[in-house]
Amino acid sequence: MFLQLLVTGLVVGSIYALVALGFVLIYKASDCINFAQGEFLLVGAYVALTLVAAYQVPFLPAVVLTLCFALVLGVLVERLVLRPFIGEPVISVIMATIGLSSLMRGIIQVFWGTDTRVFPPVFPQAPVHFGAVAVSQVYLWSLGLAILLLVVFSLFFKFTTTGIVMRAVADDQQAALSMGISVKRVFAITWAIAAVVAAVGGILLGNINGVNSSLSHLGLKVLPVAILGGLDSIPGAIIGGFVIGVLENLAGGYLDPILGGGVKEVAPFVILVLILLIRPYGLFGKEIIERV
Amino acid sequence: MRLRFPFVMNCGLFTTSYREDMAVLFAPAAKLKVAAIIGFLLAFPLFVSPYYVSVANLIAIAVIGALGLNILTGFTGQISIGHGAFMGVGAYTVGVLTTKLGLSFWVALPLAGLMAALVGAVFGIPSLRLKGLYLAIATLAAQVIIEYTIIHWTSLTGGSAGIVLEPLRLGTLSLGTDTGFYYFALLLTLAAVVFTVNLFRSRVGRAFMAVRDRDIAASVTGINLLRHKVLAFGLSAFYAGIAGALLAGYTRVITPEHFTVDVSVKYLAMIIIGGLGSVMGSIYGALFITLLPILLRALADFAGTFFQGIENLLLAMQTALFGLIVILFLIFEPEGLAKLWQDVKNYFRLWPFSY
Repeated sequence: MFLQLLVTGLVVGSIYALVALGFVLIYKASDCINFAQGEFLLVGAYVALTLVAAYQVPFLPAVVLTLCFALVLGVLVERLVLRPFIGEPVISVIMATIGLSSLMRGIIQVFWGTDTRVFPPVFPQAPVHFGAVAVSQVYLWSLGLAILLLVVFSLFFKFTTTGIVMRAVADDQQAALSMGISVKRVFAITWAIAAVVAAVGGILLGNINGVNSSLSHLGLKVLPVAILGGLDSIPGAIIGGFVIGVLENLAGGYLDPILGGGVKEVAPFVILVLILLIRPYGLFGKEIIERV
Repeated sequence: MRLRFPFVMNCGLFTTSYREDMAVLFAPAAKLKVAAIIGFLLAFPLFVSPYYVSVANLIAIAVIGALGLNILTGFTGQISIGHGAFMGVGAYTVGVLTTKLGLSFWVALPLAGLMAALVGAVFGIPSLRLKGLYLAIATLAAQVIIEYTIIHWTSLTGGSAGIVLEPLRLGTLSLGTDTGFYYFALLLTLAAVVFTVNLFRSRVGRAFMAVRDRDIAASVTGINLLRHKVLAFGLSAFYAGIAGALLAGYTRVITPEHFTVDVSVKYLAMIIIGGLGSVMGSIYGALFITLLPILLRALADFAGTFFQGIENLLLAMQTALFGLIVILFLIFEPEGLAKLWQDVKNYFRLWPFSY
């Protein structure tokens, strides 16, 4: 049982890692958390689903189209909603993204309703066996993608001008502005990238559980992952994803019989409180945090 | 003798004694206005159908909850996404005390407030180390953990089936009716408003605002940050607990879905739209957010008679509209309806002269 729980945790963790990456990207560039991340996931999943199921677009072109859509959506959201908040206090930005999540959820409901929809099978259904443990292939894909994105973004933030500029903006907006960096452009790029990453996560998740509005709750569930790894650390998000995935599955497997179910849902948040009290900057985050 | 045009509210400071200077209601016109409003509220159930009274009851409960959240977020600057859960603590305290222990509602009500305050203060302790973003996440965790406890501690809370309460009674007087409950809720709401207004005329309230504006400076001037932050959390949760207990007493059915994270967000929206750091703003916000779905439904019914099927679309747009309004207020009027109303009043104060 331990091995099965461990492996399930690892594969679920790879999805968490993907989603957490979206949080980290936005935090890294703009020092705020996007509470609408779950809705971005949902939009990605629904758009891909509609393309594949209703318009009979083959899967790969559909993914490309979805990613383009997410790109545009990210830029639009930044331009229309987030731009007025450049330089505003954190509390306003948090509330703006909460409002945004509500706005997006409403619009999604109008277009796609609340029923669960299932993707036509894309990945081969036969599970892959590692010894005694069976893993479905879609998880392996998400694992591979998570690692690929980890490498890509680590290199991006380290070596490209855009990446360095994004880090500068996160560090100090005023200083970045005075160095001639266009904070607005950086924010637009950040939101576009975050929306694209979320869309990738949404498509993968849609393939696992089907798509319905409860997918957006994953956005909140993944917050502990981002915090554990450190909000500004990309490797942190990936490792945090695995750690939380494994811990919640172990906690669920061993504590559910004692506490009567649902431990999986709450375990990440208990861990979150502990992290916040002991090490608020997470495992790999910058050790500068506003303390009182 | 002060010379003043009798219909304007206040054109300057004309006080001649400390007593006058400290008065809550400056001008005679203000006293008149408040008396008129209270008179209107007292007479309200006599003129309208029970449906409107029930709406008024929900508004009264929302006002108490929004006041509580505004004390914490608007006045003390500590953002909380766990308000709904604290209301749940209050509601379930009443539920458990009255059904399991057979206590009267009147004993359970203050205990519900205290219990919520205790839980709120405990979850407020992280605010000593965390600020802004991190605090928001910590309170979100509080929300999830409390919700989980409510759903899974079945022996105490009845799980997702919830608890059913007896109708409220005061001696031989039944408060189970909408009108009976209305007067009770009105009394409590007025008490909450008066207490909050006075709180921010006191040392503690001013300390809260100092903590919000600059915590380090506040600490330098001798304000104990630890005490005041935990106090703000406790006080805010106390209001939430009372609001939750009232909601429980009014609907008589307590289920977990009344206290989800969506409720917390709704209360946040109330104080943003009403006005952060404004007592009147909490009232306007509670009115606005409670009436929004009702007005929207009326609009949907009205439009549905002309266009087939548009009512479903309008109702689905409710969530979207809600988010849109929050965003628009944050962008264009961060100080909310209270500021808008103030602007209108200021414009007419010296009208037709510009200054």
